[in-house]
Amino acid sequence: MYVSYQWLTEYFSMDGITPDALGDKMSRTGIEVEDVVTLSEGLKKIVVGHVLSAVPHPDSDHLNICQVNVGEEEPSQIVCGAPNVAAGQHVIVALPGARITGNVKIKKGKMRGEVSNGMICSLQEVGFDDKVIPKAYAEGIYLLPEDAIPGDSVFPYLGMDDAILELSITPNRADALSMRGVAHEVGAIYDKKPQFKAVELNEAPDDSVQNYVKVAVENAEDAPFYTMRVIKNVTIAESPAWLKNKLMHAGIRPINNVVDITNYILLEYGQPLHAFDYDRLATKEIAVRRAQAGEKFLTLDGEERSLSSENIVITNGQEPVALAGVMGGLTTEIVDETVTVALEAALFNPTSVRKTSKAFNLRSESSSRFEKGINQGTVEEASRHAASLIAELAEGTVVSGVEAVGAAKTSPVELDITLERINHILGTAITAEEVVAIFDRLGFTTKEQEGLFQVCIPPRRWDISIEADLVEEVARIYGYDRLPSHLPVTESQPGKLSQQQQIIRNTRGYLEGAGLSQAISYVLTTPKKAQAYMMRASEPTKLLMPMSEDRSTLRMNLLSGLLDDVHYNVARKNTDVALYEIGRVFYQSEDPSQTLLHEEEHVAGVMTGLTVENDWQHAKKATDFFVLKGVVEGLLASYGLKEAVKYVPMTEKEGMHPGRTAAIYLGEKELGFLGQIHPFAQKEYEVGETYVFEMNLQAIIDAAKEAVVYQTIPKYPEMKRDIALLVDEAIQHQELSQFIYEKGGRFLKDVKLFDIYQGEKIEAGKKSMAYTLTFLNNEATLTDEEVTLAFDKVQKALIEVFAVTIR
Amino acid sequence: MDLKSKLAELKQQAMKKIEEVNDLTALNELRVSYLGKKGPLTEVLRGMKDLSAEERPKVGALANEVRDSITALIEAQKERLELEKINQALADEALDVTLPGNPVSIGERHVLTQIIEEIEDLFISMGYQIIEGPEVEQDQYNFEMMNLPKNHPARDMQDTFYITDELLLRTHTSPVQARTMEQHDFSKGPLKMLSPGRVYRRDSDDATHSHQFHQVEGLVIDKHITMADLKGTLEVFAKKLFGEDREIRLRPSYFPFTEPSVEVDVSCFKCNGQGCNVCKGTGWIEILGSGVVHPNVLEMAGIDSTVYGGFAFGLGPDRVAMLKYGVDDIRHFYQNDVRFLNQFKVKG
Ligand SMILES: [Zn+2]
Repeated sequence: MYVSYQWLTEYFSMDGITPDALGDKMSRTGIEVEDVVTLSEGLKKIVVGHVLSAVPHPDSDHLNICQVNVGEEEPSQIVCGAPNVAAGQHVIVALPGARITGNVKIKKGKMRGEVSNGMICSLQEVGFDDKVIPKAYAEGIYLLPEDAIPGDSVFPYLGMDDAILELSITPNRADALSMRGVAHEVGAIYDKKPQFKAVELNEAPDDSVQNYVKVAVENAEDAPFYTMRVIKNVTIAESPAWLKNKLMHAGIRPINNVVDITNYILLEYGQPLHAFDYDRLATKEIAVRRAQAGEKFLTLDGEERSLSSENIVITNGQEPVALAGVMGGLTTEIVDETVTVALEAALFNPTSVRKTSKAFNLRSESSSRFEKGINQGTVEEASRHAASLIAELAEGTVVSGVEAVGAAKTSPVELDITLERINHILGTAITAEEVVAIFDRLGFTTKEQEGLFQVCIPPRRWDISIEADLVEEVARIYGYDRLPSHLPVTESQPGKLSQQQQIIRNTRGYLEGAGLSQAISYVLTTPKKAQAYMMRASEPTKLLMPMSEDRSTLRMNLLSGLLDDVHYNVARKNTDVALYEIGRVFYQSEDPSQTLLHEEEHVAGVMTGLTVENDWQHAKKATDFFVLKGVVEGLLASYGLKEAVKYVPMTEKEGMHPGRTAAIYLGEKELGFLGQIHPFAQKEYEVGETYVFEMNLQAIIDAAKEAVVYQTIPKYPEMKRDIALLVDEAIQHQELSQFIYEKGGRFLKDVKLFDIYQGEKIEAGKKSMAYTLTFLNNEATLTDEEVTLAFDKVQKALIEVFAVTIR
Repeated sequence: MDLKSKLAELKQQAMKKIEEVNDLTALNELRVSYLGKKGPLTEVLRGMKDLSAEERPKVGALANEVRDSITALIEAQKERLELEKINQALADEALDVTLPGNPVSIGERHVLTQIIEEIEDLFISMGYQIIEGPEVEQDQYNFEMMNLPKNHPARDMQDTFYITDELLLRTHTSPVQARTMEQHDFSKGPLKMLSPGRVYRRDSDDATHSHQFHQVEGLVIDKHITMADLKGTLEVFAKKLFGEDREIRLRPSYFPFTEPSVEVDVSCFKCNGQGCNVCKGTGWIEILGSGVVHPNVLEMAGIDSTVYGGFAFGLGPDRVAMLKYGVDDIRHFYQNDVRFLNQFKVKG
């Protein structure tokens, strides 16, 4: 809502209150003012000119050489390219040295050999937006009133000696979508009472509205109140300057006097009106009803609309003539030939108006007001005022009476509240007198008795319906700055992270320590990526109306998002990437129209490029399977899981390298997987060799944990023995080491692989695995004999079971 | 030459040689040659048997004195030479200490997580619980229980990703509050909660808009909670997040789930309220929305609004990070460029 500061001065004196101060004060007390624009800012030396003559330029087919009276002794010669320039006009002249919009400086000059002392301006050139400029002047210069005095500043003639406050109005304060509403608000802030001039309306005693029209409303919920007046013998013309200026500065394009008046009343009262060309309605019956499905209607923007039963229409008894509250029809709009005007002032169902304007993408000044509510107290007054202005400006005659169906709620609503309640909610010690004074400033009449207020809320503040609304009114006028401040005093309780939250934080800490940075990727992705690298079966969950296919489906894995991140980095030459992500994946468990999705917390990581960079001491080292596996092993060790973790080859995981992928098990439960991505996936994501893991973090959080128990530091030395085994190459480390543990006796504490060899020095199909076995007795010093006994047992068993050769 | 003269000459000669020696091997050779069994001093002592009984002790004493002097000098020289040797060795080991050290590669926590955890820790210290909830929500919890019935005009304020007519991607973390209020047993004490999390709006992504972002919302419900409590809480919060010198101011605003509703500005941390590009010249930065919980919201969660009341507040960590670090494009948070992620190392 654009609010003219000058317009406000019609309601009360604004002496001593600058537009900026007003804007600041409004923002602090109720309605946010986004900007205060001084219309003439940055413009200078722009004056009224009277075109004395205009003759075509001899060397041009479109320029005119004009002699213009700019208030000086001699006329000034100005070359003008506008198609509509003519002698006798009063125009906007930018003198030499002037600044016009966009900080453009006007200089004395020559145009095709002819001297030009400045420029005759269009409205655009003095800062008006294209969309508010009357069509007649859109392609040329603008004409000022004939009584404009040459040489005077043009600003008063264009209503530019003004400042515009741009209000950002929240849905609850639709009462301020009108100048009168804003006046009440400003009055409350500054403790002034706005004065509204009484409307004088002369109705023709010999002609009654009943002679013209009869209204019927099918359903009172659609149009609780519908009124129509008739004004006859009107002359459609351009509006006077004051009216055009007001509309343009409020962001509305002037059309003609009758339409402009309806818009002016909309601005002043917040009451949308619609003017029909009565003769073209071709009926005496107006019926308000729901549209039939598929019914066609030509709106005044020239579009044919196919209607539905959501839409309320005004009909001439046969076919629609207006989409109620949204837009009129082309065939009944006011045109230059209109003689009789049927003026509608009504209330329409907000929900229906909202649906209609949304369905046809027709957001108008009128529909937005109907959606948010209308001051029911001034429907009739707005109509009277409009009729009176049409009589005055279009020289029409208002026939007597109003054709009306239904009623508006015009009486105040009474609301009770106690002083104690107000102070209890605000934490203040405001007195009863202060509260009464605040309600008075707001224009609410109040009766107070022993701390109980009976407050009468006028219909213009329909947003106030409960106690809390009144508390807010008191708080904002009292001033939030005056509110005391302290911390709540409540029964104290400890705040702490849940176990789940703590484990997630620990996971972050571990992975960062391991060199992976935290990524936060998009949850919405393509259907294909959403279903990649899945760890359980589920249908994908798609949005009803995605913004794009790329962001249409909820992820069921974290990896594809992380691979997108790797792609993004690699494309920007960040080739060494180590990232992790903790977040939810979304599975469907049952019918998603009935139940929530199953949201599961996952942790995933990606590593690609170098893990050690080439520097003056070290050769570079590319990341590999075992770098990543070390990270995962360390992470899993950090949870203190009760059950054992094991890694099982996974040869058929889609998107993964068949020989370099392992499933991760906790006991018998599959937690996730790790490995290298398949070369096809590398190609798809345009990345290099990349190692990844993803695990069900929720399962880890929920798994049984081992409490940390202190172990005595051994008093006795440990003993180590090395063993090198020549084994079949198919035998895996996990089998061997587990077997050694089983056979190594109670003193075997650790089995560590320290070498693997496969190559020329040993026979084909075999590999050499070398382990260090560490023995320790916590109770006594181990003897050589004890260790040798255990060690020999292991060797023997290995030979028997795995047919190894001890080397 | 008599023995005395011989001893004197021997001493002078030995002392001179020892003085001049410059390495430990030569020094050891000198020690052996002078003091060893085949050395000249032994030889002198051997000649003593030919001396008179009167002369013998005198020469003996002199011989001892000569031996002691030589020994002492050898020890002193040995100490000196050993020190020199060590010093030389250390000098040879000297490094260019300006060469770079071995890099330690540590990952970084995402800047949004850093901000969220900082807020969580502050409110935990004030006795709040951190409560999370589903990201895919029911219309009922996301909107209706937040006093946003179907067709409420304020639903336009947050365009929504629907999955079905009833299921949607939550547009704020408020539904977590609705769920928690429904469950809370007030006989066990007040409700003080903080709900951080990911939220979604149906928006085209550009420098200032993201269809996915984060929110942190707080809620306190008890019998005697006032707006002054809200103001005090937000003051503590602003100071913690933006610095001790920060002030706040409340401006009336509108949220369907609170009444009264206020927008909270924090005095600009960059210019200290003087006006700059961060605060667009106003000296204040809009950072939070908050208010007194709307009675309808309490009632819909089964809480008696005539007995209980409280406040709620919410803010966007994305916006906070953009303001605090001058990040100019919200998409950076979700594209995960490592050059972006690694900029937030300094933990102060
Ligand atoms: Zn600033």
